[in-house]
Amino acid sequence: MKTGFEFGLAGARLMARAAGTLWWAEPGLLCVSDLHLGKSERIARRGGTLLPPYETVDTLARLDAEIAALDPAVVICLGDSFDDLLSTELPEAEALWLARLMAGRRWIWIAGNHDPGPVGLGGAHLAECHEGPLTFRHIAVPGAGAGEVSGHYHPKARITAQGQLLSRPCFLIDRARAILPAFGTYTGGLATTDPALGALMGPEAVAVLTGRRAICLPMPRAASPASAPRRRPGSRG
Amino acid sequence: MNSLPPPITDWFNARGWSLHPHQTEMLARAGEPALLLVAPTGGGKTLAGFLPTLAELADAPRPGLHTLYISPLKALAADIRRNLTAPIAEMGLPIRVEDRTGDTTATQRKRQRADPPQILLTTPESLALLLSYEDAPRIFDGLQRVIVDEIHALAESKRGDQLMLGLGRLATLAPGLRRVGLSATVEDPPALARFMAHAPQPCAVLHADPGPDPDITMMQTTAPPPWSGGGGRYAIPDILDRVRAHQTTLIFHNTRAQAEIFFHDLWVQNTDDLPIGIHHGSLAREQRERVEAAMVAGQLRAIVCTGSLDLGIDWGNVDLVIQVGAPKNVKRLVQRIGRANHRYNAPSKAMLVPANRFEVVECIAALQAVQAHDLDGDPRGPGPLDVLCQHILATACAGPFDAGAFYAEITAAGPYAALPRADFDACLEFCATGGYALRAYDRWRRLMQRGDGLWQLRDPRTARMIRMNLGTIVDTEKLKVRMKGRGGTPLGEVEESFAASLSQGDTFLMGGQVVRFDGLRELTVEVTRDPGREPKLAVFDGTKFATSTQLSDRILAILNSGDWSALPPATQGWLALQAEVSVMPQRNRLLVESFPYEGREHLCIWGFAGRNAQQTLGLLATKRMEEQGLHPLGFVATDYATLIWGLDAVLDAAPLLDAAGLREGLEGWLAGNAVMKRSFRTTAQIAGLIERNLPGQRKSGRQATFSTDILYDTLRRHDPGHLMLRITAEEAMRGLVDFGRIEEMLARIGGRIDTRRLERIPPLAAPLFLEMGRVPVQGAGRERLLAEAAERLMAAAGLV
Repeated sequence: MKTGFEFGLAGARLMARAAGTLWWAEPGLLCVSDLHLGKSERIARRGGTLLPPYETVDTLARLDAEIAALDPAVVICLGDSFDDLLSTELPEAEALWLARLMAGRRWIWIAGNHDPGPVGLGGAHLAECHEGPLTFRHIAVPGAGAGEVSGHYHPKARITAQGQLLSRPCFLIDRARAILPAFGTYTGGLATTDPALGALMGPEAVAVLTGRRAICLPMPRAASPASAPRRRPGSRG
Repeated sequence: MNSLPPPITDWFNARGWSLHPHQTEMLARAGEPALLLVAPTGGGKTLAGFLPTLAELADAPRPGLHTLYISPLKALAADIRRNLTAPIAEMGLPIRVEDRTGDTTATQRKRQRADPPQILLTTPESLALLLSYEDAPRIFDGLQRVIVDEIHALAESKRGDQLMLGLGRLATLAPGLRRVGLSATVEDPPALARFMAHAPQPCAVLHADPGPDPDITMMQTTAPPPWSGGGGRYAIPDILDRVRAHQTTLIFHNTRAQAEIFFHDLWVQNTDDLPIGIHHGSLAREQRERVEAAMVAGQLRAIVCTGSLDLGIDWGNVDLVIQVGAPKNVKRLVQRIGRANHRYNAPSKAMLVPANRFEVVECIAALQAVQAHDLDGDPRGPGPLDVLCQHILATACAGPFDAGAFYAEITAAGPYAALPRADFDACLEFCATGGYALRAYDRWRRLMQRGDGLWQLRDPRTARMIRMNLGTIVDTEKLKVRMKGRGGTPLGEVEESFAASLSQGDTFLMGGQVVRFDGLRELTVEVTRDPGREPKLAVFDGTKFATSTQLSDRILAILNSGDWSALPPATQGWLALQAEVSVMPQRNRLLVESFPYEGREHLCIWGFAGRNAQQTLGLLATKRMEEQGLHPLGFVATDYATLIWGLDAVLDAAPLLDAAGLREGLEGWLAGNAVMKRSFRTTAQIAGLIERNLPGQRKSGRQATFSTDILYDTLRRHDPGHLMLRITAEEAMRGLVDFGRIEEMLARIGGRIDTRRLERIPPLAAPLFLEMGRVPVQGAGRERLLAEAAERLMAAAGLV
């Protein structure tokens, strides 16, 4: 079983794990992105539907399994860890669970677009952070120097194998950056063919599919507009 | 009421028309609480339904809503409006007739609520919406009659359950309301009457003269049917001959994809340019309306169509119905045949065109059944709880309700007559709090009980969201297809998974044209016309009926009769070859054929249990194969067989198919598989767990939505007793799983399973390779292939 895909980024040896986390063995650093804890509750609170309120427990259980397997010294949550600021008031059992995961290690909350500002939990709260050659931030900055690790986009790859369409959350990795899949249970995804992701990632980019094992393939992209047959120029008005 | 008021009598006399006996009887018994009229198409059903209303309003004119007419089709409501308005004007009756459907403008709707017409024509969905408004009691206060048209069709789906709950609501708002159901020929009229009755009042059944037997034959074709495949392309010259010889022909196909391919091929051979159109549910509304209008205007000689024309406007000049491909169900065939010759007392003319040699047998079986008046059909199950949940939410939108009185109202509706109070309470609890074992939502409930005990919405703003999501028709994810360019012509829709499998330059058929895929723009598939290219097949989600038990039995009987002289020589030869190479499937034994083909191992199980049960059999068998390390990759099911492919050969199928093992497997398997997830998706949307439509929703950038599969998995892991899972399981067992027919099959074969190892594809199994709707097995075999595919892609891209 391939539990992860190993790659180098700005000199750091990293592993994109099948579970959807990023592992940097040398300093013992585990990175996860877009946990979106408290999503079902936010939707209910705002008068939306009553989704099964189990996604926080589910996300924590999977994070717990990764921490148990790797015993990281540092955990970085790359933003959108909570669905909104009110969601940071987790039910007691879940708050305790999180506290137990945090105990005995450095824990860094990077601010996201859903959960800006300080949260009432322990750990350090940063807009972005630098560890060795790597920079951890929520949203990738176009043209950032080599070694950027980010989240936000929830990338999802679709490939056809044996006539079957498969869609899985994935890492996107090129020479300069890695974008992590969303780790939260109730998180949708943005297809890697989206222009936003196409513009960010270099031509050599790969997608690492998460799931039972990590599967690496060239990043599926939209056919480039340049190669599209140009007929009837100006038909778009 | 025995006599008609003078304006109506005069109108009839002026035309020299008289009433049919069943129309007179409908008038005479108009005072009864409920009447079900069973009449063949063209029997003047609709007039029979409306005459009492016209008579009452002619005798005692009055403002306000008097009669509500409900039809399954918007187009039908609009057509009835046109057909009623003229006679009413000619009779000089002070009656306003209006329709109200999804197509009615907002201004018009608002006006209808303020000042309802005497006769309102609508659909079940629009009625549900009307009932959810706070002013529903005022709108329906004086309502006297409800007419449900094509009730046999509505009763076949959840739309019927929703409608019956709606009628229950109406009966509360307008006590004394009388209801009338109009139905085509059905196998069990008393059951349909129980479905539409308002307990404890009875519902009487009236039968119109069924008219002469249809003139139905197998079409004699110059070329024999092909060995396999569907579509009936081989018969096109013969079909064109018949079209030329008739005024207007309807050419029915079982699936949209087949209709498309057939239409495309038909045009290639249509050298005299006969005007022929195409009509199916995946085409854009504009396209369909254009075809319907041309048909009404008598401009078309034929329409290639699917179930989308099973119901609808009466086209008096249709004089031939051709059914291409085996009819899966005798009742539906009889109703389709009724589309021809809408003149009462003239036989309908129909021809069957089997698409391949096996279907010859099916067509002959169907012919025999029609001649024997042996209609088939499965009894209707109890009203589904997801529809009930939606009804509870919609009712809460209209105003506070008392749970006890509401429960009594619901159990007066036929489908919910046996609803246990505990189930109602569970649904109410689900609507109120989500019904989760973890009581996390007590603070954020949707419904709350007030001090006086009545239930109401916690936040009145929720009503908008609930109203936007009313209805029980849940489509698979579909993307619109448009011609490229600003304001490009809409062509129709394709399934999202099909769109996702397209690469730029791929071609497919849409509305009879070959189009090339240019790209996805927002959520629209953009295409350009590309004639002259070979199309890649469009995988539409065409309706797939399961062949009925009765028809399957007739087919098995023909196969094993030993006398195939009624069959064309080509089919005789084919069956003989099957008997020689393998054996004939039998009713009291289970034939399983095992053979290699194109580098994969195949297993073909001839259960003759109907598509859904064969599908379940495929799921259960592949699960056991997976456990035994046989690396199954996927399967496809038809009405007669399940074809499984994988990496390893199965030499003895008996251990995969023993009854106890299958039952046990069902228990475990019911949990996590694609069929259950599909059922869950429908159920969760109907019950209001997931919203299909959000106000001002725009999918852009990072998607806010996530797949319902995730919700299903989460619920299963953390709340396995949840109501939604129970409803999903019940739903699946009844519909998609159809385990009942597996049990029936197991009893029939009594453990006699014959596995035959063959060197190549046996003749009967060949058509299965062309079936669509393949189900992948997400197991070790697939992971292995995926990894191999990824490696090849990496190597090809020079990335290893």
